[in-house]
Amino acid sequence: MLPLSDRVACEDVVMFVNAAVTSTGQREFRAGAAEQRMSLAFLHDYVLGNYRDLYAATLALDVNHFNAALVVTNLLRTARLADPQRRAVEGRLIAARLRLLPPQRVYRVFGELRRLGLNNRRTRAIIRDWLAARPDPALDAVKYRRGFSVAARHAHLALPTELGTVLFDWRRPKRYDTPILETWRRAHYEQRSLYGLPYTVAEGLAALHGIDRAKFLTGIAPMLTGGERLRLQSSARRLGVDAVRMDLSRAPLTRLASFVLSLPRAERIERRDELTGALVAAARRAAGRQAGSWGRVVAVLDDSYSSSGSGEKRRRPLAVALATHFLLGVLAADYTGLWLRHRDDPLLVRAAGATGLGERLVDGLAHRPDRLVVVSDGWDNAPPGQAAEVLRIWGTRLDPERRTFVVHLNPVYDSDNFDVRRLGPAVATVGVRDAEDAAALVELARFATGTASFDELRRHLDDRVARFLANEPGRSAVQEPARPEVAA
Amino acid sequence: MSPTRIEGSAPGPWRWDLSTSGLVAGPDQVWGAVRLQPLLRAEPITDLRLHPRLYDPDDLSLVAVDRRTSYVSYIPHAFVASWTADGSPAATYGTQLVDPAAGRPPRGIGLHFHRRMARREEKRRLRFLPLHLALEGYLGLQFGGPPIAWQEWTRRAVTRGLSPRSEAAYAGSEIPGLGDALRIFEIHPDQCGVLLYVADALAAALVVPHPDDYRALHPTLLGDLYGELVHQYAHLYPAVPEFRSRLDDDRVHSVADLRAEVARDRAGWDGLRNLLADGLFGAEYRTVEEVYRMNGFVLSRFLPPFHPDRENHVGEVVTDTDGRLAYLKTFRLSAAQARRGYLLGRLGAHDWDLDATAAALGTDRAGLTLRLDRAGFGHLLRPDILDACRAQARTSGNRTGRTRRRH
Repeated sequence: MLPLSDRVACEDVVMFVNAAVTSTGQREFRAGAAEQRMSLAFLHDYVLGNYRDLYAATLALDVNHFNAALVVTNLLRTARLADPQRRAVEGRLIAARLRLLPPQRVYRVFGELRRLGLNNRRTRAIIRDWLAARPDPALDAVKYRRGFSVAARHAHLALPTELGTVLFDWRRPKRYDTPILETWRRAHYEQRSLYGLPYTVAEGLAALHGIDRAKFLTGIAPMLTGGERLRLQSSARRLGVDAVRMDLSRAPLTRLASFVLSLPRAERIERRDELTGALVAAARRAAGRQAGSWGRVVAVLDDSYSSSGSGEKRRRPLAVALATHFLLGVLAADYTGLWLRHRDDPLLVRAAGATGLGERLVDGLAHRPDRLVVVSDGWDNAPPGQAAEVLRIWGTRLDPERRTFVVHLNPVYDSDNFDVRRLGPAVATVGVRDAEDAAALVELARFATGTASFDELRRHLDDRVARFLANEPGRSAVQEPARPEVAA
Repeated sequence: MSPTRIEGSAPGPWRWDLSTSGLVAGPDQVWGAVRLQPLLRAEPITDLRLHPRLYDPDDLSLVAVDRRTSYVSYIPHAFVASWTADGSPAATYGTQLVDPAAGRPPRGIGLHFHRRMARREEKRRLRFLPLHLALEGYLGLQFGGPPIAWQEWTRRAVTRGLSPRSEAAYAGSEIPGLGDALRIFEIHPDQCGVLLYVADALAAALVVPHPDDYRALHPTLLGDLYGELVHQYAHLYPAVPEFRSRLDDDRVHSVADLRAEVARDRAGWDGLRNLLADGLFGAEYRTVEEVYRMNGFVLSRFLPPFHPDRENHVGEVVTDTDGRLAYLKTFRLSAAQARRGYLLGRLGAHDWDLDATAAALGTDRAGLTLRLDRAGFGHLLRPDILDACRAQARTSGNRTGRTRRRH
């Protein structure tokens, strides 16, 4: 038995990682956005106050962008509480994480720093270094104009002449020498030029010029980033714009699952082969070399009404379940996916009905798999608590040697408990945001059951940090938007 | 659950027969102080359906009501819809059974909304009449007024009965937590009804013939009426406990055992004996009035015995020839409302004769008069009689040194 303090510390950290992976501060099925943010803010303060080194180390894990930004802000906010050595490590972690974040998130962090009145030499250096590493500051000045100008003012940046002019006095010059800036200037007066701009910028200018939406989409299609292209699929199809069409299998798995679920069922049936093919291809890419290495796997997937998410996170839990279904299909040598109610093609699944996990768990366990993966928000209500009982009895009576590894992936943060909702005390529960990360998260799951010691957890985190910082310089931003080719 | 009266039209005690209701209970879902217990129907009743006009034409998830010629449709009490030829909204007065083929609009009360309400109507959302109207309707349907023109009653009471008669109630949206509880409730596929508890006091029951009807009517529970007791409980009690299931370790030796144990646990929920609804189903009902009969379906209204220290539910019920419960909607009266109902009931039993009623209640004429006044029925009595009683009470009250409310 572990000492109590160790167990508590272990649980606290795992709890925080679960929260930081799942919660995005948006409305969930049961809790509103304000509750989520308040709960999360408390949790951040708590972990920061008690386990500062581990708090910083979570930057090396797959916490989501929203929480990574919060961690960075909080670390900078309380930097004076850390000794110089710690500050050096934190600085490297922050720099590495900022490089991984999408630029708009980073600019939001800078805006937040400004709002907090946080302006010291170290902070300014962090902003300066990040901006210096940006591949094309001129593009940033156009695409993230507001955020860039805030950061520039806040960090007292010395900007090259044209950049300063375009941010703070753009109407003055008759022309710019930097091509993207010139394109942007011309786009204010000339429709043709705006097709050389990033989509988000061009969209506003197109509205200003009153350009027909279909025509605009056709023209801007080459400039779209992957995410934008995926978002525009349905509306482009409606408008009959062919240029926006994409190879769906290039989209990230969970995003793609969300997109598939957003389609009407009739269309899903009509495009069944295309969509299934894309999902399988995306799953293959996500699994990489691990494909086929998981042995016999059974998944119990929650398609109850609560998996419909909220207005802000539409069908997110269901999309995670669907993506996990395809990912496990690739990861496992022998895979069986069991939905709570749905029986047919998984593509046609919809969120409805109560959450009767207990019965399906028995169905799954009857296969005696190597791994049983449960994807659910943990609100087992038909009858309440039956899943916990099934898993308890399975562990004590039918599988005392633990041949079956049971893991519960929970896509929903429960703001009342400061954690994802657990099925039972003996079940390893981890938060999940993207199904792609499932493999890495399962690794962390063993710390959640209280079987691993705090030292092990610390070693695991140190290891992750070391790996994270090792490929520091060579690693470029993953979420980098496609660089538009600048029109002359 | 056959609501046939015991003998002819004589009011007498009557109980529910739950065994023939065709319903089983499902596991409840708890959110804060609100407990929602689904009532499931293995076999939906298909020959009584919600009136097709009440379905949202834009909602594709609802299956079209089958085209069979012989089914009866029902329109719940106080349901707002554009019944009239010109499309203006109207509310039904009392639940009605109609032949959908007849094309005749149901009896209703035309409603005149302000612009805001009218705009909301355009969304064609299913809803019941807001606030007091529905409950007044219930009570107005039940109570006529003095049948004999005793001289103590005002002319108005004799000619018009209790109308206008108002009772205070809270809309569901004013009850904290109810909106969220209804929003996140996961409707079972075969669910045909719900029991709504607040702080484990039964607040309302809704039963419909078909799951599609239930899905259509589920959101209307929020616009529904609840007594002040429910409102207070929702404020006072933060949460109710969840009944978590418990499996027996000792019986499990194999997966098959585990499956059997799970099934046994699930079956434990089915029995209606687990319901906390004895106040509704276990109580005796003073009057059950058969209102309408159509193709074997019987629509009745029931009144509780108005015991101030027990639950009192008024409501409407439709049963079919087999005694299955096809439709049920109840409203829980508050203690004050039950007291008023009790007084009216006693008066009715004695043909509104003050002396006879007073004797039956073990008081005198002045005591009963004052009691009626305090219950809010002062306007029914002639003012001179009321004043005399008040004066008498004041003097006797002064004698005993108690302070009385001044008039």
